[in-house]
Amino acid sequence: MSGATEVTRAEVCVVACAEAWRGDGEVMASPFGTIPAIGARLARRTFAPDLVLTDGEAALMANTPALSAPRQELVLEAWMPYRRVFDVVWSGRRHIMMMASQVDRHGNQNLSAIGDWARPKAQLIGVRGAPGNSVNHVTSYWVPSHSPRSFVEHVDVVCGVGYDRAAAAGPAATRFHEVRVVVSNLGVFDFATPDHVMRLRSVHPGVTVDEVVAATGFALVVPDPVPETRLPTAEELELVRDVLDPGAARHAEVAP
Amino acid sequence: MSDKRTTVEDMAAEVADGMTVGIGGWGSRRKPMAVVRALLRSGARDLTVVSYGGPDVGLLCAAGRVRKAVYAFVTLDSVALDPHFRRARQTGAIDAMELDEGMFYLGLLAASQRVPFLPTRAGLGSDVLRLNPGLATVRSPYGDEELVAVPALELDVAFVHLNRADTNGNGQVLGPDPFFDELFLGAAARRFVTAEKVVAPGGLLDEGPVQTVTVNRLMTDGVAEVPGGAHFTSCPPDYGRDEAFQRRYVTAAAEAESWADFERHFLDADEAGYRAAVAEAGDAGARP
Repeated sequence: MSGATEVTRAEVCVVACAEAWRGDGEVMASPFGTIPAIGARLARRTFAPDLVLTDGEAALMANTPALSAPRQELVLEAWMPYRRVFDVVWSGRRHIMMMASQVDRHGNQNLSAIGDWARPKAQLIGVRGAPGNSVNHVTSYWVPSHSPRSFVEHVDVVCGVGYDRAAAAGPAATRFHEVRVVVSNLGVFDFATPDHVMRLRSVHPGVTVDEVVAATGFALVVPDPVPETRLPTAEELELVRDVLDPGAARHAEVAP
Repeated sequence: MSDKRTTVEDMAAEVADGMTVGIGGWGSRRKPMAVVRALLRSGARDLTVVSYGGPDVGLLCAAGRVRKAVYAFVTLDSVALDPHFRRARQTGAIDAMELDEGMFYLGLLAASQRVPFLPTRAGLGSDVLRLNPGLATVRSPYGDEELVAVPALELDVAFVHLNRADTNGNGQVLGPDPFFDELFLGAAARRFVTAEKVVAPGGLLDEGPVQTVTVNRLMTDGVAEVPGGAHFTSCPPDYGRDEAFQRRYVTAAAEAESWADFERHFLDADEAGYRAAVAEAGDAGARP
């Protein structure tokens, strides 16, 4: 049995990501990034058994094996090619956790480009499905490296839509819009404030509020006191370490 | 019944300067790469390339053939970003129309259905509308919701690469995902399929069940057998992505000199020359 003192930051992040899907019921959980992928599997193995997970290709996965499991270990339960994924997106039965190169205080997210869009300093992957995801179903974000460069006052390109932009776009945009949480390597953030600006929900064990504030490029809403992100239970720790991520891929994303 | 067999050279010759070209597949998966290589040789320029982008977009950008790219992303999957596409964007060499993935789907669907637009929430509130001032919203005639009107993405020519086809132009996907290939064909005036293997009419059912024949001959004008035609992208179950060769492509893109060397070595010759050079390079590779 592992003692609480041995729990790594990455393992705290896994549980914090898993918690994003608590209470969601039978929806497609779409995690991006290593730690959210372990987190979604952990959630399904424990408190969110009805979650629907894809195999990363074109099917839904009936079992919940290790992240690194070879394809022959996967048990598939239904066909889910990309075209069908949009049926799910537009039906709303999905909660995605995307990554964000930049996220701002209203929950706008950028993964398209840094700098002036016409001739960007850095072209990234593109808006992908972020605009549609964010106005059709619950969206959360994962930022493995929290800094003033990733938590910015204004994102350079609004891909995933935040609360201010959804409100400005009108009822068709706000109807199904919800940015649930942002999980970073330092803490958990939500928008449970009167004007839906980002609030520090919890700091990970070993992180101070001052560190989070200093690493954030805008004024966070900071409650007093700030709770600590919960530690994994013994059962969760065992699942993460021995079953879901025995190769410790989580520590390549967030150093132990 | 007409035999639709042709060659990748003749397919590429259909593309004139300034045309809008749709390219099937997704990222670095089942891309009609043999046709893209033929386009590099054909010299067609000022193209508008419409693609769920991968190395197809990268190669055409590297050769300076792209005037405008229409995309939701450009990625090599196992390598997040395509270096040629990045350079083209960062130097302002190409125009860009960056759409949400679902908007892109609806644009192809609208063109396939010959309607001017389809409505969606996707795009509302995002910078997709700000960066593409030509995009309009439309008010529901049944309520007060204001939705994005995704314009039909009409294509002059579309190319897809499938696992199997028959000589009449029916096409078959034996891998797990048909992607949006049917819609690329539906959205285009001229429609071409390359396949790992082309069989006689009626022969596709020996290859897989009828529901794998997702492309029918109403949707196609020409077909060519091109084993390894998706290389170095994946084409399951025939072959996976040639990761070693993809890394070679990415590495070569770093410097003008190494890229010129890559072009000379792999892209200047015809498809048979390409395959010979790939085999000689000794990366894992597609083995027809």
